[in-house]
Amino acid sequence: MAAKTLKIDGRQVSAAEDTTVLDAAAEAGIRIPTLCHLEGVYDAGACRLCLVEVAGTAKLLPACTTLVAEGMEVVTQSDRLRRYRRMTLELLLAERNHVCAVCVANGHCELQSLASEHGIDHVRYDYRFPRWGVDATHPRFGLDHNRCILCTRCVRVCWHIEGAGTKNVAGRGAKSFIIDDLNQPWGDSESCTSCGKCVLACPTGALFDRGSTVGEMERDRTKLEFIVNAREKKQWIVSE
Amino acid sequence: MDRLRIATAWFGGCAGCHMSFLDLDEFLIELAGKADLVFSPVIDVKEYPENVDVCLVEGAICNHDNLELLHRIRKRTKVLVSFGDCAVTGNVPAIRNQLGPRNVENVLQCAYIDNAQDNPRLPRSEGIVPELLERVRPVHEIVPVEVFLPGCPPSAGKIKELLERVLAGLPPRVDGDEPRFG
Repeated sequence: MAAKTLKIDGRQVSAAEDTTVLDAAAEAGIRIPTLCHLEGVYDAGACRLCLVEVAGTAKLLPACTTLVAEGMEVVTQSDRLRRYRRMTLELLLAERNHVCAVCVANGHCELQSLASEHGIDHVRYDYRFPRWGVDATHPRFGLDHNRCILCTRCVRVCWHIEGAGTKNVAGRGAKSFIIDDLNQPWGDSESCTSCGKCVLACPTGALFDRGSTVGEMERDRTKLEFIVNAREKKQWIVSE
Repeated sequence: MDRLRIATAWFGGCAGCHMSFLDLDEFLIELAGKADLVFSPVIDVKEYPENVDVCLVEGAICNHDNLELLHRIRKRTKVLVSFGDCAVTGNVPAIRNQLGPRNVENVLQCAYIDNAQDNPRLPRSEGIVPELLERVRPVHEIVPVEVFLPGCPPSAGKIKELLERVLAGLPPRVDGDEPRFG
């Protein structure tokens, strides 16, 4: 496979042609903040947190869905990018009802820690306070739409890793929401295998183990990595 | 230099931020040596005075009394600190905003009628019980704020850092740790 040579933050980087800018940067030890990206599943470019500047285009491009190209010049840290990332995080916080103090994921939430890392000490936009429900019909898991940022990680692990295809997105824009099967109560879903991969993948407190209370929802992502690694490296296939 | 004039106010919140303030322990003695507490729920002063240097405002703005006092505080205070998550984000008190339009009617109905076990009745006492606002709001949606101190509650360490800077005549802000909600 052909290798491409590009510059990320002034550093010469070489990567295979089907590599994303995000992976090429990670390989070079350059961290780009992400929310919807999850190791092992395809990228959706949903959260816009990994936006980077690419020389020759005025638009900011998501590093997770942009492939490397020969001679590409990428900037991952600038005042403009920090401004946009901060704005993105503030809009996510204002969109639904993120009440960190009483959230199952308090202290283990990727949205909360990214807001902290970006120095967000208040949100400049008016909170929308929409009315969303909680689906507590599943015997083991719960889905609180109030805390969902529509990253679609749960949808992608459900389809791509578990292969059940239970989770999906309904609606448009800010009114989009996560559904199970044909928008029916999770507990009534016939396709859900109760594997819990969606719960492991969720970056916030939207998906949780039932019975967890404030701050108790810690996720062990290594379980997902374990499955993905096993599949990619064909570790479970016994050769003759 | 004159003694610093400090105030704290308590709006829609659980007083946990004030507990964190009291958690300053021996620094409170040091503070008392250099500053006067001129208004606070922990002292018996009814009227918010003029010429306050710093005011820590805990809680979201929930009713007309809160609103009126907040405007008075803003007019009479140099540095207004939005103190804790309820003041900064609305936090738990603002959960009622989800009850949508005709919010006041809905929230009272929900709390005092629908979920009442005994004697369901709306509390009404004009001039004594303040009227609720249609929407619970964070402090900075209403008046300009100089310093944001998020956290539920903000740690005593952060409060101390801020007050020490103010006592030293430095610009009021919190460096140190990254801010964090929750």
